[in-house]
Amino acid sequence: MNVSISINGQQVSREIEPRTLLIHFIRDTPGLTGTHWGCDTSNCGACVVLMDGKAVKSCTVLAAMCEGHEVRTVESLEVNGRLDPVQQGFHELHALQCGFCTPGMMMTARGLLDENPDPNEEEIRTAISGGICRCTGYKNIVAAIRWAAENEATARQGV
Amino acid sequence: MATVENLPSRTTERPIGFGRLKRKEDARFIRGKGTYLDDIRLPGMVYGAMLRSPYAHAKILSIDTSRALEHPNVAAVITAKDLETLGLAWMPTISYDTQAVLAGDKVRFQGQEVAFVIATDEYSANDALQLIDVEYEPLPAVVNARKALDADAPLIRDDKTGQRDNLASPTWEAGDQEATDKAFAEADTVVVRDIIYPRCHPAPLETCGMIADFNPETGQLDIYNGNQAPHAHRTVYAHVAGLAEHMIRIRCQDIGGGFGNKVPVYPGYVCAIAGSIVAGVPVKWVENRTENLVSTGFARDYVMHAEMCSKDGKITGLRVDVIADHGAFDSTAQPTKFPAGFFHIVCGSYDLDASHVRVKAVYTNKAPGGVAYRCSFRITEAVYLVERMVDALALEMKADPIELRMKSFIRPEQFPYETTTGWTYDSGNYAETMKVAMEIAGYEDLRREQREKRARGELMGIGVSFFTEGVGAGPRKHMDILGLAMNDGADLRVHPSGKAVVSISAQTQGQGHETTFAQIVAEELGIPPEDVEVRHGDTDRSPYGLGTYGSRSTPVSGAAVAVVTRKVRDKARQIAATMLEASPDDLAWEKGRWYVKGDPGKDARIEDIAAYAYSGEEMPAGMEGGLDAQVIYDPPNLTYPYGAYIAVVDVDPDTAHVKIRRFIAVDDCGVRINPMVVDGQIHGGLAEGVGIALMELISFDEEGNCLNSSFMDYLIPTALECPDFELGETVTPCPHHPLGAKGVGESPNVGSPPAIVNAVIDALHETHGVDHVDMPCTPARVWAAMQGRPEPPQ
Amino acid sequence: MKTPAPFEYERATSVDGAIATLKRLGPDARVIAGGHSLLPMMKLRLANPTHLVDINDLEGELSYIREENGELRIGALTRHVDLLRSDLLAEHFPVFRDAEEVIADPVVRNRGTIGGSLCQADAAEDLSSVCSAVKASVVIRGDGERVVSMDDFHVGPFMTAVGDGELLTEIRIPVKPGAGSAHEKVERRAGDWAIAAASAAVWIDGGTIVDVGIALSAVGLTTIHLTRAQELLRNKGPSEDLFAQAGAIASEDCSPSPDGRGPVDYKRHLAGVLTTRALRRATARALNQEA
Repeated sequence: MNVSISINGQQVSREIEPRTLLIHFIRDTPGLTGTHWGCDTSNCGACVVLMDGKAVKSCTVLAAMCEGHEVRTVESLEVNGRLDPVQQGFHELHALQCGFCTPGMMMTARGLLDENPDPNEEEIRTAISGGICRCTGYKNIVAAIRWAAENEATARQGV
Repeated sequence: MATVENLPSRTTERPIGFGRLKRKEDARFIRGKGTYLDDIRLPGMVYGAMLRSPYAHAKILSIDTSRALEHPNVAAVITAKDLETLGLAWMPTISYDTQAVLAGDKVRFQGQEVAFVIATDEYSANDALQLIDVEYEPLPAVVNARKALDADAPLIRDDKTGQRDNLASPTWEAGDQEATDKAFAEADTVVVRDIIYPRCHPAPLETCGMIADFNPETGQLDIYNGNQAPHAHRTVYAHVAGLAEHMIRIRCQDIGGGFGNKVPVYPGYVCAIAGSIVAGVPVKWVENRTENLVSTGFARDYVMHAEMCSKDGKITGLRVDVIADHGAFDSTAQPTKFPAGFFHIVCGSYDLDASHVRVKAVYTNKAPGGVAYRCSFRITEAVYLVERMVDALALEMKADPIELRMKSFIRPEQFPYETTTGWTYDSGNYAETMKVAMEIAGYEDLRREQREKRARGELMGIGVSFFTEGVGAGPRKHMDILGLAMNDGADLRVHPSGKAVVSISAQTQGQGHETTFAQIVAEELGIPPEDVEVRHGDTDRSPYGLGTYGSRSTPVSGAAVAVVTRKVRDKARQIAATMLEASPDDLAWEKGRWYVKGDPGKDARIEDIAAYAYSGEEMPAGMEGGLDAQVIYDPPNLTYPYGAYIAVVDVDPDTAHVKIRRFIAVDDCGVRINPMVVDGQIHGGLAEGVGIALMELISFDEEGNCLNSSFMDYLIPTALECPDFELGETVTPCPHHPLGAKGVGESPNVGSPPAIVNAVIDALHETHGVDHVDMPCTPARVWAAMQGRPEPPQ
Repeated sequence: MKTPAPFEYERATSVDGAIATLKRLGPDARVIAGGHSLLPMMKLRLANPTHLVDINDLEGELSYIREENGELRIGALTRHVDLLRSDLLAEHFPVFRDAEEVIADPVVRNRGTIGGSLCQADAAEDLSSVCSAVKASVVIRGDGERVVSMDDFHVGPFMTAVGDGELLTEIRIPVKPGAGSAHEKVERRAGDWAIAAASAAVWIDGGTIVDVGIALSAVGLTTIHLTRAQELLRNKGPSEDLFAQAGAIASEDCSPSPDGRGPVDYKRHLAGVLTTRALRRATARALNQEA
């Protein structure tokens, strides 16, 4: 079947099998490999993207279900060479090590801040509890998301 | 010197050298531009998928691949028969055992590799797995290590000539049995415990995989593979596949975590290579999460019996007997001369009179491994055992667990200290570090709060552990893996413009090597770290070495980089002398420049020296042009980082649910190159320790079916189970490391589980009489312990 | 990587259209909404439907929480996140918010739906016990429309009253005065399925429990409706002693199986503890006395 999805503002069309998962569509067709696969069971959150502004696990959504919807991936965070405050916060506060969970964590954070621009620690911990990070113990991720909340307006600068 | 984490760091934002430098590698990761294995696509590439055994132990009666081969997108199906013709049916393990690449005669664990499908896309490859018909005749399985040596236990390794039972190793021992008997005879208190360190799994977020690209015209084999030791892997492939080592190139690009899981060579890798040789195109194989959990290197699985004694309020002796469960093939990671790894560093941080340790390993019908999980060759099990035993002893003596430790510590003036099992600890001031932890925790206040809560029927526990690790393997006279010395190379080239490239054999999986190794060069050469490119992860572009695991990057590779930079600096001095028309002896070094003593204005900066070295100007007599050097570093000893950890837990008296409220970690890992990165390593290891102590478990039913084969059942802590870790530090430099650094990666994983378990027992001992509970401390297991029947994990 | 087996996909544009499609395709067709129960099963090849009928475009018809005719009505396509955030629902039945805070994780809750949860009919699933406790009924549409009580909705493990060619469209909960409700769950880790969970609702009038609903998750092959405990409590004044007795009944009347979450005796113990706690909290809420 032919499926056309808006990914990061670009309309991407492709002939696919109906069973194609959104994550594979994203990684294959536009070649956006920032969205990662970490488990088979919707438990790890490495594949989180925004669908119509809400964080979803792209391993558990069919690409066919996204026709007519807006998908945003990690590659969309930086705009015209300006980092999203979430990206900047992750860098400033050492919220990543191997980097594998990072795109999913950052997209989850982006979805959170879009709905709740001033989350407290508990709200942040809850928001990212659908994601697994093996490297950071979450401490710096929580701090980075707080940092992003505080610097949302001003921190758009390059690394 | 103690600092609490939240105090401002003593270094500047952009240090030339050591300090909290933000990471260079972040730039690509925060943009989603990392290159992990599955991100790589080569022209003409096909995809592999592995058929695995549903049985733990069974004869294979037949394998029929015909239906799979009829699938329009399937290119080939490889079985053991095919591999036999290539001589690849079996491969060596890192413990000098053999492992079936694909099972031919029998399957020996659930999840064992049986057939490898190659198809044009991964969906088709997965579909085709269901079209392979295998006829099995199930056999009784050995699941419990304690029963592996029973007379009626089925023989697992009947493939090995001369193997008559399930013993995987001779009994290995260390220490002094007689002296230990004497210590126990003279003791005033003795405690005995049976302690299990259950099987768990490193489960890095990125699973294992490989792309093999064999070029039949040139004979060149290009491998893309996230592994922790690319050079060692290349040597193994040269031996296994009979390919010329210089025609193999391994590229490890970004790796999504390793924690020991990506040390071994797995059957899937060999199949990908064989597949590429057979198909003549690149073959990609990436395992799914279930495959990762059920077949790749697990950790721990030690069944331990221990006795500890004290006299006059001080720990004096330790006796330990261990059965190590190595699974169906012995692929435990360990230096050749240490058959039980470094388990016999079991004397902990204490000045014992005597100790005696025995370990034997058995085969079971479970996945092979025993690779680590942020652990130097079984030190984690040793630390867990000794720190649990010290607490058991304190309970028996009715002593405060910190007080008993303080009285029994090796004292600062005793270093270098030779333990009763033969290790030489380098340096330490244990009591000082313990005090810092107590201070951050507010130990006395916590004890007061605990008493008040108890009076109200609330259960709160405070648990302590004090660990000493031996990391940075290792001296070539003692340590090798498969005959390869555990040394590492470094190659530093300073270009004419004064910018540098340092190539290393360590292999980052997230540790930040591109930043910290640049900082080492920056510190030693006085150039900005951004002017130093760190090259790694490509066997064609880096010197030989054994890679990253066992906290060895900083102790071994870090030392190599320091030494090679000093070599360059020394060469620069000779050149500067020529430039300045002075004697080298009259020059003094200051970060970034050599200057004439007594005339500091007369100097040569590194970039000037570099430009000179490549110019047409005359070099010092007998010296070649250029400014570079190469070393292979052989560490004189292991390094011995240590730390004091305190956990505070609350236990729900009705549901037995354990909540870790606080966790204080004070680490002494010697000199810290990048304290930000060190803290990050500690946070991550602590979270793993939380997981191991509370929820991470690989268990099996009686038939050998793995009960934790996905992230639905192999539970990893989320942000909600991890407390806001509180860190502190002391700095006791390593006397034999050129930078005084000791390594830290594993410390938090090693040190935290005993603190948490000790805290759980501390919460329950007085009210419920609990004096032992095995990990993981799930609500069910803690509840059972509260009912007076601690249940060991399967 | 784990991938589902092939299937055909159709997108419904109306409830009637969805039902017509399901009728045409027969028993091998499945409805997909959030997909967070079905797709993982399909990836593990434990479910292999030949057709999927996607109802996500029916939000206009099937996603709502409103009060109507003395009932709260929840559209089957209402997502967990909307149940969690609904003040209307929390005002009448805070048990939903209690449960939604501990169902899976926030990202999953952005997709998963109440209809999907109920139709999955996993005994460990929280909303089935919540709906049972608050005495909800469900609306099933096929050839016409049926209203089925939660007692009749669960017909077996992973089996519901929704037949081939039918669609669950709505959940209805009668709104009566004096209500209080609560959900209690113990899990091995955030986001895990319950080791055991208890939902309780009480309706108190003049100091007397005039009606009560209690149901348990994860301690039987299906959601456990604690009818014996309900009978005990009905028309009595709430008391700690009574809650403890109800807890004891819960321990007796559940039928847990041993698994990685715990042995039978622990699960029975938990069923009792959580029932008592849920009743205590539900009552405090009914009396506006919650701490």
